[in-house]
Parts: sequence; structure tokens; C-alpha cells
Amino acid sequence: MNQPASAYFIEERHDPNETHTLSVLVQNEPGVLARVIGLFSGRGYNIESLTVSETESQKHLSRITIVTTGTPMVIEQIKHQLDRMIPVYRVVDMTLTKRSIERELAMVKVRGQGEHRVEALRLADAFRARVIDATTESFVFEITGNTEKINQFIDLMRPLGLVEVSRTGVAAIGRGPEGM
Amino acid sequence: MSDKSHDPNQMTGAAMIVRALIDHGVTDIFGYPGGAVLPIYDEIFQQSEVQHILVRHEQGAGHAAEGYARSTGRPGVALVTSGPGATNMVTPLTDALMDSIPLVCISGQVPTHLIGNDAFQECDTVGITRPCTKHNWLVRDVNDLAKVLHEAFYVATTGRPGPVLVDVPKDVQFATGTYHPPRKSDVHRSYAPRVKGDATQIRKAVALLAGAKRPVIYSGGGVINSGPEATRLLRELVEVTGFPITSTLMGLGAYPASGKSWLGMLGMHGTYEANMTMHDCDVMLCVGARFDDRITGRVDAFSPGSKKIHIDIDPSSINKNIRVDVPIIGDCGNILGDILQVFKAEAKKPDIKAWWQQIAQWRARNSLYYRKSNDVILPQHAIQSLFEATRGRDTYITTEVGQHQMWAAQFYGFEEPHRWMTSGGLGTMGYGLPAAVGVQVAHPDSLVIDIAGDASVQMTMQEMSTAVQYELPIKIFILNNQYMGMVRQWQQLLHGNRLSHSYSEAMPDFVKLAEAYGGVGIQVHKPGDLDGAIQEMISVKRPVLFDCRVASLENCFPMIPSGKAHNEMLLPEQANDEATAKAFAGGKALV
Repeated sequence: MNQPASAYFIEERHDPNETHTLSVLVQNEPGVLARVIGLFSGRGYNIESLTVSETESQKHLSRITIVTTGTPMVIEQIKHQLDRMIPVYRVVDMTLTKRSIERELAMVKVRGQGEHRVEALRLADAFRARVIDATTESFVFEITGNTEKINQFIDLMRPLGLVEVSRTGVAAIGRGPEGM
Repeated sequence: MSDKSHDPNQMTGAAMIVRALIDHGVTDIFGYPGGAVLPIYDEIFQQSEVQHILVRHEQGAGHAAEGYARSTGRPGVALVTSGPGATNMVTPLTDALMDSIPLVCISGQVPTHLIGNDAFQECDTVGITRPCTKHNWLVRDVNDLAKVLHEAFYVATTGRPGPVLVDVPKDVQFATGTYHPPRKSDVHRSYAPRVKGDATQIRKAVALLAGAKRPVIYSGGGVINSGPEATRLLRELVEVTGFPITSTLMGLGAYPASGKSWLGMLGMHGTYEANMTMHDCDVMLCVGARFDDRITGRVDAFSPGSKKIHIDIDPSSINKNIRVDVPIIGDCGNILGDILQVFKAEAKKPDIKAWWQQIAQWRARNSLYYRKSNDVILPQHAIQSLFEATRGRDTYITTEVGQHQMWAAQFYGFEEPHRWMTSGGLGTMGYGLPAAVGVQVAHPDSLVIDIAGDASVQMTMQEMSTAVQYELPIKIFILNNQYMGMVRQWQQLLHGNRLSHSYSEAMPDFVKLAEAYGGVGIQVHKPGDLDGAIQEMISVKRPVLFDCRVASLENCFPMIPSGKAHNEMLLPEQANDEATAKAFAGGKALV
């Protein structure tokens, strides 16, 4: 091919990515979650985890917890873009407050017999996971904790007969007496 | 009959829509009927307070409403049916979102019981328009309709203005419910745009301005959106500080082009002096603009030595593309007023004589130079002639998108805001003709000219029929070079002159086309005939297609090759093959 290619400048940016947890208080109305998700996909932002549920039914308020990654400038953009949506009341960057607690719940199904089964139960005990379903050849464990702890537990279960996992995604709340 | 039948606020959904329009002071709407809006059209038929302009395509209704909005400062209203009516609105809604134009679109929807059934002319209108509106609503209960309509107008016109859409199923239009006039509680409590600027930030800004040696004011469409007071204050600030001022494409007219501090437009096709001033300044005051890529060029080389103050009502505009030192969130009219007050009380006009001398040297490069010809009309010359012929008149200019748009921005001098309607952010070819329709509806006695290109104008040509029907004497001034000029220019400069599909081999006869629509056609080839033909165009009180045959291969300069910095402009007198090749050497920008 001797046809000159259309070579283009590509500005590369090497700002390091950060992971932030955002709490977003929204009016619970039709389409509000689609707006939030559409913003992320439309503008090319990342969603690592998303948790949403109505938290104050009288006032029709829902709380969305989003774990996202991006450069500091992108994270700032995400917050502003969320905040300017009409049904959004507040956006709080839980990571910046440095005073937040983050928890996730996972249900982990493990299948096995003999020594594997005993080992799984022993580890579950060490992680304070509860058995919420059992058969002669399987367990379902319920485990709560931060993302890292759950990842670690799942990794340990893998060689012991891990079948499947269902996770809620991260929920976050600030420490101390103040609300968001 | 119950007592409720005598309650004047009991009415059908369709009647509520017309009533809400009246309550919001709407006198003209643009639309196209269809099955899912027939009840609303029936209401429109039975009243005379709201005039309906029938367009020929829903996209035309949207752009006409945009033109109406931008030339008046009031929201534009469009009414379309479900399905294709709504999807045809996507382009104008996106256009209005990018350029912050207040637009209220009411769309019909299939009856609620059919939603989700793939009914005839059904589409997920709120889903499709969610990313291209500031907000949208699907109204499922007639008793919510009044509240939603009032909120829609409020959201469209406050904060950073933008388009909104209210989707109303046909059964809701027929159903009877209770209407109420606009009230504060109609609006989401979560929506409260910040208007007043932070006092500490304003003091910081004034301190920077007062200490500036090489300042520049860079203003944008936000100043015009904020209203006449912001324009007045901007002009006063320029006067009080003696600072040079440049503006984005969207901001033209906020400061008069004849003003002594005016540098011309900045950005990709801005003047050399404007871009060099931006590059070398030590303090930049950005008012109601958003550091768009067409303005900044290469971001890591954008005005490297300056402290930047950014006034914007939208917090998401701050630090999006360019990191600024003093962000001030709020309405720019408000903040300019505060800055002026503090400046006048505490600061002196800085001595920037040396800076103006430097600017004079850049000006002397005459970056808008072009070679005139006696044989062929140069497009720049055509716009200058049009400007001279309309100077001092009550004139509104719209444009399409491409070379002609940039030449219009460079060579037509705007003295007042709201006189210049162009698709800046989205770059919508086909915007100008329907926008001119909207402007002319708002200003029936003014001279409304669409400076057009031969390719763009064919995208929405059908609206000539609207202009003829409503006796709107719009002038479509076509710079006809038979090419998609800007595409051809980029192909020449960036793609080895391989002119892939940028030439229109089958051009309509615009004179005959005008006549076929019932308008007037004028064609001019020779520079010597241009002025006379323009006079003829102006004096005709009917829609005119003006086919101005111009040099076909003229390029639009000066130009910052995209991906380059402000001080790497390509000037017209340097734009020989070698210099052009050099300017674009080492790669080509993505955007």
C-alpha cells in the first residue's frame, strides 16, 4: 500500500486512575436510573459497581451508590454531570470524605464433598460467613464486608468447588452523626 | 352534570397544553400534525392566541423554534407527533442542547395502554431523547400534565438553558383533569441552578484582572443567553478595564465588531490576533464559554502562561477541558455586575499599553486577507458585500454549517446580540433555512438572511414551502461552490487531495427551484453584478434563493490545524502548498 495513510495526532494522557465511591440522592421517579446509567455510557465513564434502592419511601428518595474509576479530572466531571441532572438532590464523594464505611453482600455457592467441604466450612467461619442453604453436596454462604474481603473469600472458595456468586455491589455510608 | 363541569380549570389534556402555552406567553409554535397529536391540533384550531406554523419536516420545526428562541431570548416551542415525528426532532434537540437554546418540544405518544406494544408510530421517545434533552417527561396521568408543562418551561429557560421534551399519550390528551397556572411547587426541589457568584472568588478574580499585564476577555454564548444586562455589563467591563476582547462563534454580537477592543473571533478559524492574544496572555477572563476543542486547539499547549478565570452557570463546564485557577459558578450577568462593582471600587485600570502594541503587530498580519478577483466572486467578498449592503439595517443572520459559516463569522460584523443564529456545537448542516423561518416569524418586519452553502441548504430546502405559505420573506444567500467546501478543504489538506464524495455533480437549478416553491430566484456569476443583485434580493418582499456562484476551490483561512496550538496558525498568505504540507506534517488531528 503506497497510499499515504491518514495519520492522526492522538493526545495521550497518562494521569493515573483513581477509584471513587459516590453516593447520589435522587428523586425516585421513572427513568431516573436510566438517566444516571445513560450519563456513564454516553460520556464513556466507568461503572465498577452500582447499587440502588429507595431509601425514603415517603419522600420518594432513592440512594444510588456508584463505584467508578477515572483520572481526578474525570471524577470531578462525573460528580458535576450527575449533580446537574434535574432529579438529583446531592452527590457526595465518599472517598474524598475519608470517613465512609463501604459494605457489600455476596452469596457464594460451593459444591464439594469430603475434605473440601470441611475446609469450605472452616474458612466460612473464619470470614464470618453464614450458611444460608445446605445440601449434602453444597453450601450457599452469605458474606458481608468490603469488596476486598469478599474477593478474598471467593478466591479461597474457587479450588474448593465454587459454583457461582451473586453480589449486591457496594453500599456506602458516612461515619459519625451527620447525614449526607 | 356535576359542579366540576363549571370549573374553568377542568379541561382535557389537549386543552391544558394550549392553555399552558398561553400562560407562558407563547404566541407562535412550529409543528407538524399526526395521529398522536390530533386532539392538540383540534384545540389549536379552536383558538387564536397561539399561532401555529406548519413546517414541512419536523426537523424544520425544531430548528425554526431554535431560531425563534435565539433571536428573541424566549423559549421556542415545537409540536410533533409520535414515532417518526419525535425521531425527526432528535437533531434539533441535540443541537439545542449543545448550544444551550431554550426549546420546549411537545410530542404525541400512542395511548398509554399501547405503550410497549410496538404500536403504529410508537417509539420510546423519552428513551431516545433522554441524552439529547436537559430533561424530559412522559405524562401518564392528565392530572400531572399542568405541573409537568410548567416545570418544562422553567427547566428550559433557567440555569443553563436547553431543550426539554414532554411526551403526552393520546388518551391523556383526551382525558379530563384539573389545570392550574404556573406555581413554584411545580419544579423539582432538586433543581436549583446557582445564580449568584461566590464573593471570595469574585475578589480573587478582580485581583488578577487588576494586576494583569497581558489580559484578555474571552466571551461566549452564555453572555447572550444571560440577557441584555449581561451584554451591557460585558461592554462596560471592556470599557472600564481597557482589555482586549475576543469571542467564540456563539458569542458574536455581545461585544460590537466595530468596538475598538475587538480582536475578532478566536479558535480554529479565528483571527491571528485573537489566537495569539489567547496564547500569550497572562490573565484570561472566560465569560460564558466552555473551552470547546474548536477554541482550544491542542489542550496541553493552550495559553500556557496564563491565570484563568472561568465564569459559567454550569459547574460541569468548569475544569472539563482546561484546568482553571478561579472558577466562578453563577449567572454571568450577575457575576459581571459584581466584578465591575469591586473593580471600580478597589482597582485601577491597569497600564497595558505594551500589550496593545504587541496586539497591533499581530493585527498587522491581516490574517483575513484574501485575493479579490474580477472574474470570479470570492466567497469572502460576497459576505463583505452582503455586510456592506445590510449595515445599519435591522438584520438577522442565520447560517448553515461549513466554510460559508466560518466566512460569515469572520466577515460579517455583528453589533448586537441575538442577531446571529448558527449551529455551533453540533454543527448541523441544514440548520440555517428553518432557523431563518423561525427568526422571521418572530421579527416579521426585519431582514432575515440565511448565509448558506449549496450542500447544507439542500438538507432542509423543503422549508422554502413554509416560508412561501406564511409569506416570510427570508433570503437564502447561497455561496455555491458545488462542493461540500469544508469537507473538500480537509480532504485537500489532510487526505492527499482525494476528494471523496465531496462534489455535488447534480446541482439543482436554484432559480427554478425557488420559482417552483413560489419564491424568487436570483443567480449571479460576476463580481461586477454582485452588489446590484444583493440590492435586488433585499428589496424583494418574498422568499429568495440567491444563487451566488463563487470560486469553487477557495479555502477558509486562517486555520489552526486541529491538534496544534494557537501560535501554530496557518495564515492565508502562507498557505502555499509547501507551508500547508508543513503545517499538517507529523500527523493530523482526530477532530
